[in-house]
Amino acid sequence: MAPGLDLIFLLELAIIGLLAGGLLSLIALGFVLIYKGTGVVNFAMGEFMMLGAYFFYTANVMWGWPVMLALPAALAAVGVAAAVVERSVLRPLAGQPVISILMATIGLASVGHGLVEAVWGGENYEMPQLLPRKPFLIGELLIPGQAVWSFLLAATLIAALTLYFRFSRTGIAMRAAASDPITAVALGIDVRHTQRLTWIFAGLVGAVAGIVAAATTSLSPALGGVALGVLAVIILGGLDSIAGAIVAGLIVGVISSLTAGTLGGKVRDIVPYVAVLAILLIRPYGLFGTRQIERL
Amino acid sequence: MRGKQSFASILWNPSRAEMSEPLLHVQDLSLSFGGIRALDAVSFAAQPGRITAVIGPNGAGKTSLFNAISGFYRPQRGSVWFDGADITGVPAHRRAAMGLARTFQNVALFRGMTVLDNIKLGGHNRLQAGPLAALWYRGRAQREEMALREQIEREVIDFLEIDHIRHQPVAGLAYGLQKRVELARALAMQPKVLMLDEPVAGMNREETEDMARFILDLQEERGLTVLLIEHDMGMVMDISDHVVVLNFGQVIAQGTPAQVRAHPEVIRAYLGEQAVPVAA
Repeated sequence: MAPGLDLIFLLELAIIGLLAGGLLSLIALGFVLIYKGTGVVNFAMGEFMMLGAYFFYTANVMWGWPVMLALPAALAAVGVAAAVVERSVLRPLAGQPVISILMATIGLASVGHGLVEAVWGGENYEMPQLLPRKPFLIGELLIPGQAVWSFLLAATLIAALTLYFRFSRTGIAMRAAASDPITAVALGIDVRHTQRLTWIFAGLVGAVAGIVAAATTSLSPALGGVALGVLAVIILGGLDSIAGAIVAGLIVGVISSLTAGTLGGKVRDIVPYVAVLAILLIRPYGLFGTRQIERL
Repeated sequence: MRGKQSFASILWNPSRAEMSEPLLHVQDLSLSFGGIRALDAVSFAAQPGRITAVIGPNGAGKTSLFNAISGFYRPQRGSVWFDGADITGVPAHRRAAMGLARTFQNVALFRGMTVLDNIKLGGHNRLQAGPLAALWYRGRAQREEMALREQIEREVIDFLEIDHIRHQPVAGLAYGLQKRVELARALAMQPKVLMLDEPVAGMNREETEDMARFILDLQEERGLTVLLIEHDMGMVMDISDHVVVLNFGQVIAQGTPAQVRAHPEVIRAYLGEQAVPVAA
């Protein structure tokens, strides 16, 4: 049986890709949160993932803390790191040209990456299994357990965040501050506080994605690179659209899985970018992004 | 439009009977942008329970004055006093929380949200529950939310006659209604002073009259202190107790509508040098 020609095999690849796309969507959501909330493209998203995973590894494996303690501790540490980054790097740059802020987040990414290598070294670590491995058998399809559980986790988090922004007081205030900071201030909303919260939320989202991604593969400084791949997803979805981030994450997950399974892993790394390029030619503002109409 | 005030409302609102401390006053306020003096030693006071209007030709510094009072601009000199305290150094969002509400010249509603969400944002300050409150929503957050909702329904939505549109997205509303929703949001802040930047700009006759009626009702029934910028002279003269005239960043006259209308400086500012009657 030639692999890639078998319909069942293709279906399996597509489903696994779709499930893996959940995590990509979660990472994409981290980018979109910060872009919508503060107008910044945060290139250091991957470093939040790395920090989360390394903190968790340190607490759980090196110090022997139980998962139930190590997980909240790692998340809290990344939350604090995100707040510090917002306060010390982004806030002083408020009002500066977009390109300066962009360079600052690229710099942050390098610093974060360097710090991780300096502290933990460049080697691969074996992460503890956090998600059940028991595969699911649907008819003839064999779906790895970890893929299913990581998808469910990502979906739950995305749903929770979406509801939070839609209905909670703070969530609505954050949306207000994001869409019109001046008016928000006039209503008594502390915009600096909502921006700090936005960074903390994005940091937490990144940390969860990083921990899960590391637990399903392995832990190395290369982990941060996943986020850069997701940046393609973001552009595909439109930087200001949560729905776009979700859908694009799933699409890229499926495309990657199909090409990796049929054409090989090397090609997989290219195909999403080709797809992005093609879509950008047709819709420069992304699949779901807001089209900018200039009034003359 | 003035007049016909009930005896009860005089009793109910003591600030009417006796002239007390001004609720808001600015002293010697100066603000420049580079070489341009937007405000030059501006001083005036808004008496509690009164409607004070700021008028002046375009570019006179009216909106700059509003921005300095609400904390968006930092004046180089002078001070802003509110409710007995010097608030010159207080950040804008805290001033809003202290009871200084304002609207903007252009409609500044959150377009992706419904009328009710927009209005509820005005009550944001009065909710104590923190960002995680949604997780244990049954507790304090929910009680606060219910109380706020009830107060908004009674004192804001019914009062401004916008109950029929409360669940509609604001983006599709007629202009006059959008301005009304903006006023509603400011009222949800339960302000001590309501600052309105051109509340009837761009409105038709009917919408203007509605808005003037709401502003008067707020003052007469609730004793609210109002500070407004307006170009519609008919409305300003009808509803204001006190008028402050700005020109090139300076106060050139202030007083009752009748006093201001007859002031030669005001006539000159509005109509030009030639128009000053020789007899005056």
